[in-house]
Amino acid sequence: MAVPLLDIKGLAVTIPTRGGERAAVSNVDFSVDRGEVVGLVGESGSGKSLSMLAVMGLLPRQFGVSGSIRFDGEEIAGAPERRLRALRGRRIAMVFQDPMTALNPVQTIGAQITEMIRLHNAGMSRAQVRQKALSLLEAVAIPAPERRFDQYPHEFSGGMRQRVVIAIAIANDPDLLIADEPTTALDVTIQAQIMEIFAGLRAERGMAIVLITHDLGLVAGLADRMSVLYAGRIAERGPVGPLFAAPRHPYTASLLAAVPSIDDVSERLHAIPGTPPSLSERPPGCAFAPRCDFAVPACRASEPDLTRVGGSVVACHRANDPAFAARLKEPA
Amino acid sequence: MLMGPTTHRDVRPRPRLAGAIGGFFARLGWRQVPVMFAAVVLVALVLVALTIPLWTPYDPIGLAGRRLQPPSAAHWLGTDALGRDVLVRTLFGARYSLPIAAVVLVVAVGIGVTLGALAGFLGGIVDNVLMRLADITLAFPPVLLAMAIAASLGPGLVNTALALIIVWWPIYARLMRAQVLNVKKLDHVDAAIVGGVTPARLLTHHIMPLCWSPIFVNMTMDVGQVILLAAGLSFIGLGAQPPTPEWGQMIAEGASNFYCWWIALGPGMAIFLVSLSSNFLGDGLRDVADPRTRQGG
Repeated sequence: MAVPLLDIKGLAVTIPTRGGERAAVSNVDFSVDRGEVVGLVGESGSGKSLSMLAVMGLLPRQFGVSGSIRFDGEEIAGAPERRLRALRGRRIAMVFQDPMTALNPVQTIGAQITEMIRLHNAGMSRAQVRQKALSLLEAVAIPAPERRFDQYPHEFSGGMRQRVVIAIAIANDPDLLIADEPTTALDVTIQAQIMEIFAGLRAERGMAIVLITHDLGLVAGLADRMSVLYAGRIAERGPVGPLFAAPRHPYTASLLAAVPSIDDVSERLHAIPGTPPSLSERPPGCAFAPRCDFAVPACRASEPDLTRVGGSVVACHRANDPAFAARLKEPA
Repeated sequence: MLMGPTTHRDVRPRPRLAGAIGGFFARLGWRQVPVMFAAVVLVALVLVALTIPLWTPYDPIGLAGRRLQPPSAAHWLGTDALGRDVLVRTLFGARYSLPIAAVVLVVAVGIGVTLGALAGFLGGIVDNVLMRLADITLAFPPVLLAMAIAASLGPGLVNTALALIIVWWPIYARLMRAQVLNVKKLDHVDAAIVGGVTPARLLTHHIMPLCWSPIFVNMTMDVGQVILLAAGLSFIGLGAQPPTPEWGQMIAEGASNFYCWWIALGPGMAIFLVSLSSNFLGDGLRDVADPRTRQGG
């Protein structure tokens, strides 16, 4: 079997706080194959962005990162800054959440795109670079790229800026694109257009994409596989189809139930009671147990290990309980 | 009219400098009156300083008439103890005071901005060492420190400038460091790192360009301060030496002929006007640069 493009094993991130080191991410396994789109889903603070920032080597020095992060077979956890710089922008790129702040406000977007191209293609002539930049703007469907080239970010709408951010990210045809909630700050209609661009990137350039989001709809539409994070741990991981059809983890089931359905005529939206545990108040057993409708005493006693159930991998004590699986499909 | 797909007809040429100046005054609203005044005074003074040797009626260091004459048609601001024309000397004084202010500010800002940017960007030991150095300098009253330095270097205009630079750089180092610390946290900086930008380029291309506006505002405010302090050093004999028509030096000469009030009036008014104008200009710039004090939208 081929080596995965990105292979994370046992990733843990600790954050120094006044009360000592707190584990924000622990024992996360995660892999992405070439040309694959993987969704990374979880609530705010579940550690999804933190994990990907660890991949990019962007976490502050005080944060403790342990575990293995292999990119194309090469260990990059703790790799020297120089090595990371060679990968960043060229082989791994990232799209940030808020396009209003992700662009340099005092440079024209043309300058920002050409900077990225020049950085990794020293030999290119000015004309070639410009040509390439224009074709990138075209690739992300920005109308009149010739005119837009010399404009500043403040002259762009949010959706247009996110296209520019994507154009910059894909400037050097990276193998892996990490999109950190790329549509959260955008209107719903714009969201669909941005997702279309991502779908196109995968189809035309064979780009692998990690889609960090809390919007399950986006994952359903684009991803092949998904991982659900809860309180810094993997709750469930598997192919998108089966996972949506038959979630094995109560948290996944609740998330899916919380998505408003167009056929659902009930007036109340489904919400998960309670809030995720804070960093300092992780319960001893399963982190989800306090909010779980199906929790049994074992859940509060020990942390569940990841076990394989069907096509998925689930961290739940009751995952293999057939009666439980039947009840999961009809949430209370 | 037919237009091809790549036509540039709808691209109006971006109004560069003229537009920027127009926009500046438009945003100032009623506050543009003092700013206008300041701009006129400073521009006029610079023009005079540049051209006065071509049209001066008297030699600034030569005999112009009888000594200690009160203002008259021949000598609008009278003559001093050596019979030199006070107005002519005052106008020639701009040829010393303005360049001193410019040199001191440019060099102090150059040093301060560089060290401040490095301190803010690198942090750690570099930050600590540079900022403690700045703290030590700032701990002394500026006038006293400038006096001590000028006195130990020996009197003269060059040494005055040197003393003022030593006094002034920490202000800009701190300002720049604070700016860099703020800008460093912005998303586009992370985005640039993710793109593989080198640290040096990160600082010069993605952080520093966003840090300049408070620096420029502070510079305009400081023009008056520098001139004032340079004049002060000359007044106590540490700066320009006679017969240089430097403003502080001239006031010192006026002080020894106290009843001939017109001798100190010329240079005094000049210092007053320049300080006031540079402060007006700085206030105006700050109002425009700082969105919190901007009126309306």
